[in-house]
Amino acid sequence: MTRNITCVTCPMGCGITVEINENGEVTSVSGNTCKRGETYAKNEVTNPQRSLATTVRVNDGVYNVVPCKSSAPLPKDKIFDCMKVINSIQAQAPVKLGDVLAENICSTGVNIVATNHCPAK
Amino acid sequence: MLNYDIVVVGGGPAGMAAAIRARECGIDSILILERAECLGGILEQCIHTGFGLQYFGEELSGPEYADRFICRVNEMGIEYKTDTMVLDVTEDKKVYAINKTDGLLEIQAKSVILAMGCRERPRGALNIAGTRASGIMSAGTAQKYVNIDGYMPGKKIVILGSGDIGLIMARRMTLEGAKVECVCELMPYSSGLTRNIVQCLDDFGIPLKLSHTVIDIQGKDRVTGVTIAKVDENLKPIPGTEENIECDTLMLSVGLIPENELTKNAGISLDRVTSGAVVDEYRETDHKGIFACGNVLHVHDLVDFVTQESQIAGEGAANYVKGLKNEAKYITTKGVGAVRYIVPQKVNILNEGDVKLFFRVGSTFKNATVKVSYNGSELISRKRPRLAPGEMENVVIKNDMLKGFSEGGVIEITVEG
Repeated sequence: MTRNITCVTCPMGCGITVEINENGEVTSVSGNTCKRGETYAKNEVTNPQRSLATTVRVNDGVYNVVPCKSSAPLPKDKIFDCMKVINSIQAQAPVKLGDVLAENICSTGVNIVATNHCPAK
Repeated sequence: MLNYDIVVVGGGPAGMAAAIRARECGIDSILILERAECLGGILEQCIHTGFGLQYFGEELSGPEYADRFICRVNEMGIEYKTDTMVLDVTEDKKVYAINKTDGLLEIQAKSVILAMGCRERPRGALNIAGTRASGIMSAGTAQKYVNIDGYMPGKKIVILGSGDIGLIMARRMTLEGAKVECVCELMPYSSGLTRNIVQCLDDFGIPLKLSHTVIDIQGKDRVTGVTIAKVDENLKPIPGTEENIECDTLMLSVGLIPENELTKNAGISLDRVTSGAVVDEYRETDHKGIFACGNVLHVHDLVDFVTQESQIAGEGAANYVKGLKNEAKYITTKGVGAVRYIVPQKVNILNEGDVKLFFRVGSTFKNATVKVSYNGSELISRKRPRLAPGEMENVVIKNDMLKGFSEGGVIEITVEG
């Protein structure tokens, strides 16, 4: 089977063609312009992943929310479960860029980390 | 009156990179003036990742990308004033600004770097018929509501325009539980990055309706729905293709306009296509000592390119203050056919280095050839697998080529295939 996908690793957006045999194994990857593209393409047809960026509520901060991201890509089908957990968290100001706001989210082994500072009011 | 060697108007990615580079080039007296309450510019609300891959080789969010430069500005002790609005920049490089603590500031600069960024095209510029209900906003405004203020501006959304901010907001609203009914794009192609169409729309099954526009907005106090229609090749709605969509919010992502009021007031020449200043390879405008960089010069799709361009402007301003820039012999650059514009618009052939020309095409191409010619004879021919209006391209003019040119010559870039 042949699958045509668009790489989302970087803004280049390379068109990649992946050949998969009857056992679901990747036999060839073409069209990518870097190594990361090859890795992305293999993952995309076997275990698709996406990085997640959202916000977490902050108590007593100068802002109501602080932005955050997943420290590594998450399984695509767990994104909405992760959003539910993240939206139930309340961080306490001050929050510093890089602070871990949730550990091992939805048992994925991935942390949710703050991507900006939120000083206390 | 205050005196500074370099005054930078705008403390976003462009202004910070320019100021940092100027300091690295040995200029101590630098002042950044920023309208918002903190440095960072629009990056502060762009919480998605994808910034910095070119410049840092890492995938950062907007605030993380900005923070690297904010830290550097602080480490280097570069002065800045936030909550400060620049009112006027004069031809003799006086900068007038105002804030709550200093009142009116009059600053004499030796060099000025314009880094005001751009703003979103508003509803008024589109002439969409319909009521003036609440719930109609630019995608960037919605982005600020969600990502900085922390509340949702709507539940059922239609987005007009498939620029990157619109695509990013389609995903953001969906993640927070809203239903994005569709993204309508007037043109037969999207102006957004391909990867954003994949990961912001396709991932969530949000339809992208190309060659469609919004022709009517309904609702009295709050938007209750919009009417969309397919458009013909002249971009006119086709009767009989109307479709009503129930929604409470219409977001507009219909283009960005460089914010050049200060530039115009200073009498600086603007490029009709970019809506930014006409500049040379150091991003110096036709007013000696006044430079422009970042989205105020031309709208970029990647902040990484804004940083690189602004470093060039920072170096140019530093050289100007140090009196290093001597005579100039200019050739001009010209986009032909599908090449809509080129920045810089002119190049000093006495320049000691290579010069990178950035350009943008007006339509999509596959397996195209980019051709660069000088006074009609071909210089460079490069294959490109794909070209798209949303993705800025560049070619490098090597210094030995530059040395062979003479004043008044013309470099043309064209695309075939």
